[in-house]
Amino acid sequence: MGYALNFNLIWRHFDKLWGGLLLSLELAVISIAIGVVIGLVLAVWYVSAGRVVRAVIAAYVEFIRNVPLILLVYLVFYGLPTVVDLAYSAPTSFVLTLSVYSGAYLVEVFRSGLEAVPRGQLDAGKAIGLTPWQRLLHVRLPTMLRITLPALSNTFISLFKDTSIASVISVPELTFGAQWINFNTFRIVEVYLVTTAMYLVTGYIMLFGLRLVERRFRAAR
Amino acid sequence: MSEAPNAGPVLLDVRDVSKAFGTVEVLRSVSLQVKRGEVVTVIGPSGSGKTTLLRCVNFLESYDSGSIRIDGNEVGYREAGTRQRRRERDLAAMRAETGMVFQSFNLFPHLTAAGNIMLGLTKVRGKKEAEARSIAEHWLGRVGLAHKADSLPAELSGGQQQRVGIARAVAMEPKILLLDEITSALDPELVGEVLAVVRSLAEDGMTMLMVTHEMAFARDASSRIVFMADGGVSAVGPPKEILAAETTNERLRTFLARFRASHF
Ligand SMILES: Nc1ncnc2c1ncn2[C@@H]1O[C@H](COP(=O)(O)OP(=O)(O)OP(=O)(O)O)[C@@H](O)[C@H]1O
Ligand SMILES: [Mg+2]
Repeated sequence: MGYALNFNLIWRHFDKLWGGLLLSLELAVISIAIGVVIGLVLAVWYVSAGRVVRAVIAAYVEFIRNVPLILLVYLVFYGLPTVVDLAYSAPTSFVLTLSVYSGAYLVEVFRSGLEAVPRGQLDAGKAIGLTPWQRLLHVRLPTMLRITLPALSNTFISLFKDTSIASVISVPELTFGAQWINFNTFRIVEVYLVTTAMYLVTGYIMLFGLRLVERRFRAAR
Repeated sequence: MSEAPNAGPVLLDVRDVSKAFGTVEVLRSVSLQVKRGEVVTVIGPSGSGKTTLLRCVNFLESYDSGSIRIDGNEVGYREAGTRQRRRERDLAAMRAETGMVFQSFNLFPHLTAAGNIMLGLTKVRGKKEAEARSIAEHWLGRVGLAHKADSLPAELSGGQQQRVGIARAVAMEPKILLLDEITSALDPELVGEVLAVVRSLAEDGMTMLMVTHEMAFARDASSRIVFMADGGVSAVGPPKEILAAETTNERLRTFLARFRASHF
């Protein structure tokens, strides 16, 4: 078997990969930011709400977690516009999907963190006369954050990798760029080696950054 | 009933308070008064309702019937007799008037010693950061931890954490301090430093209602001792009377005998 590796063609089209990586990061950052807001709001609502609200939030989480992301992406991009009168670009559609998707995972992370805050700390907050909002803001959320940071980092990195699914609706992110180079150069091994390395390195840089944040918070334990 | 020589008017007035968790009656028509400047100690077997009583006094637990008043104000409910809860903001304001120190310290782990004390001062008392800081430093000095102001709870020993817990409570200038077995979670060699702080607060005239298993401390520091059994007040009196071995109260005698057997 004589397949000689030749990366020249890859470097010639490297801008496709680099631009793709930047777009992947952009998709991830925006979706995660929206997902964090969804997750926080729903988690806080969940732990203080009655049965009905809890059931609705739980249903959302269950639904999202049991449907493959790629299907949700198809549903929102091809399905939704036929039902409601909406027109959006593929990247917007994907951000919408990934936000709702990450929100469901983050509700779970935040909810379990909120529930893990020791009751004694909440009692102490009450005892010094903090109002419910103040207890949430100054006691429960900071402690929850410290408890959930490791799980949060893992979720963020996994969501970053999930941006590769945007390639199925032709969003020119990193995986799509790799496919484009593959179709045009047939250097399949080289292009996917380089792309894999780019996902790995980016993932590690993210992980490193998040671990630094974690360490700072853990020092405050 | 005898009382502390310098005790003022009734500050805490608990009348006929009952409370059940589900079908379990935990408090049965408990009545007790604490006068301004008094130190009242609650003793009793495990499960007799001591913690629950303390938690009702600052409404960390609601109670089913009866009335609790601090300085004439009904605790938790709008009026005596009604079971209409006060609004959360009023409950919070009311709780700021009672300090509580917990068995398990319950410091906020993300805040330094000073930060733990400052939180209530800034958010509840509306003090400026600088003023809150100087109050926190004053109280940390009082409990012998001036040099630990910027340490996180995890960097402190149990005894030090509990002294911060006390400082956090008294810095709010509460009308009454509630202390629930505050030395039970400590190694024996750390108990003394915490009790010394409580004693000095008592000498300053702080009104206290405390639960403790430290009988020697209860005898020396209390104006009166309340013995609880089965959710009710079984005996009240000055320490010498209550802790006397020849007491006629059957349950108290059993409790003390068991206590002596296990602690000496
Ligand atoms: N949140 C709760 N839910 C149900 N039952 C409870 C709750 N808190 C306390 N109890 C019960 O109420 C009773 C009195 O408990 P409490 O903690 O007031 O006793 P205690 O006198 O403080 O005991 P100890 O000396 O062990 O601290 C016990 O039977 C306990 O199991
Ligand atoms: Mg107790």
